Amino acid sequence: MRCHALPDIPGRRKPTATEDLVRGIWKENPTFVQMLGMCPTMAITNSVKNAVAMGVLTLIVQFGSNVFVSMFRKRIPNEVRISTYILIIATFVQIVDIGAEAMMPDMHKALGAFIPLIVANCLLLGRQEAFAAVNTVWRSGLDGIGMGLGFTLGLSTVGTVREILGSGSWFGIRVMPASFEPWAIMNMPPGGFLGFGLVLLALAWWKDRAARRAAVRAAIARGAPSPALEEVAV
Amino acid sequence: MSTSPVSGPTHALPVEDDAVPSWQLLLTLTAAGALAGLAVVLLYDWTRPRVEAHKAAVLREAIEEVLHAPRRADTLWLSNGALSATPPTGADAKKAERVYLGYDAQGRPTGYAIQVVEPGFADPITLLIGYEAGRRELLGMKVLESKETPGIADKVVQPVFTAQFRGRVAPITGIKRDESAKMTTDRTAVVMITGATISSRAVLRGINKAIAHWQPYLDAYRPASAQPADTVGTGGKR
Repeated sequence: MRCHALPDIPGRRKPTATEDLVRGIWKENPTFVQMLGMCPTMAITNSVKNAVAMGVLTLIVQFGSNVFVSMFRKRIPNEVRISTYILIIATFVQIVDIGAEAMMPDMHKALGAFIPLIVANCLLLGRQEAFAAVNTVWRSGLDGIGMGLGFTLGLSTVGTVREILGSGSWFGIRVMPASFEPWAIMNMPPGGFLGFGLVLLALAWWKDRAARRAAVRAAIARGAPSPALEEVAV
Repeated sequence: MSTSPVSGPTHALPVEDDAVPSWQLLLTLTAAGALAGLAVVLLYDWTRPRVEAHKAAVLREAIEEVLHAPRRADTLWLSNGALSATPPTGADAKKAERVYLGYDAQGRPTGYAIQVVEPGFADPITLLIGYEAGRRELLGMKVLESKETPGIADKVVQPVFTAQFRGRVAPITGIKRDESAKMTTDRTAVVMITGATISSRAVLRGINKAIAHWQPYLDAYRPASAQPADTVGTGGKR
């Protein structure tokens, strides 16, 4: 059974193309909301350049495999669907790996073993099961691009924190004064956890603040007295 | 496994009437596998020349750097215990160890480029050295591959470390930073990286091991051209 298959609820409006695209970038961001694909998030985010490259390669794989899975969704029997999806994903990963080696050898070397490991990124299979298997090619393609962009955004955000603190630069451009002593730990594996934690902390704080502000606005709209407002705002 | 559909409007719940025949499952996987294989192999074959060309270009560039832009460089293979300018035939042709001999504009040999692989702190460090066998002098050093700890030991790839090797005499010895004055009197000395002792030692050990391994073959080798080997360099003393 496809447990994730969400039937169209009668009376509910179908998502627009923009919604399909934007979902992965913000509301269901793979890194910050779904928290999938943590291996590359920890491993290759020590520079923004690597993070963007890994994000774009994952985008290509997500888009390609989403389109293929969706295209053959009525022909792939349920009983062998996992094998087939994994085969489709693995083929795209291999294509991306070979393509990157031929076209950007330095990047390919920098990302090392992590390109083949895209195949084990649970974001990919997750989207095939939850989306591409039950939606049209057009919508699945948009979803793949959105998820890929969201993943790129997630990786490069963590990469920004790590590269600035760990190397004093952003995208290879020096941004910190010469007196800044780089935190070597941010370049090492523990820096992945630290950097990711810092970004999550900032997001949680920001979300919390937005919720409080919304509560205050709602209270004002209700005409609540000012002591009550302060209580909400605390 | 029945293919005949069971149907009837009286069923309250849908019954499992959509069992897929085994041959169809097999066909799906076979077709997917065949298509995937075809796509991957075609792409691999198509991109291979480009990848090989890039690797060759990287090596050529590194040889140019460590031998200081020789006019040309020849590949010498080690076969049957001696260096030879002709590649060995047979199955081990690809595996045969090799060095590169650079020549200056007058056609005189200027030095050998030797690849060194030595386990570092994280992964093997691969480097290329330029070496003048007669004077036992290093001409240059370039790290080709290193996965040493970023921010600390990756200094082994930076010129502040690698540039010191030019003009040093084998076997190389490592000294601490506060002893750097010794470099003027001791021509074998190289200043190690503070905090990256294991990586610096690995580089030195790799270089010394490679030179010890190659020295007898380099000493015995006479270029096939009329140039006798002892004209190597201008101030060469043998």
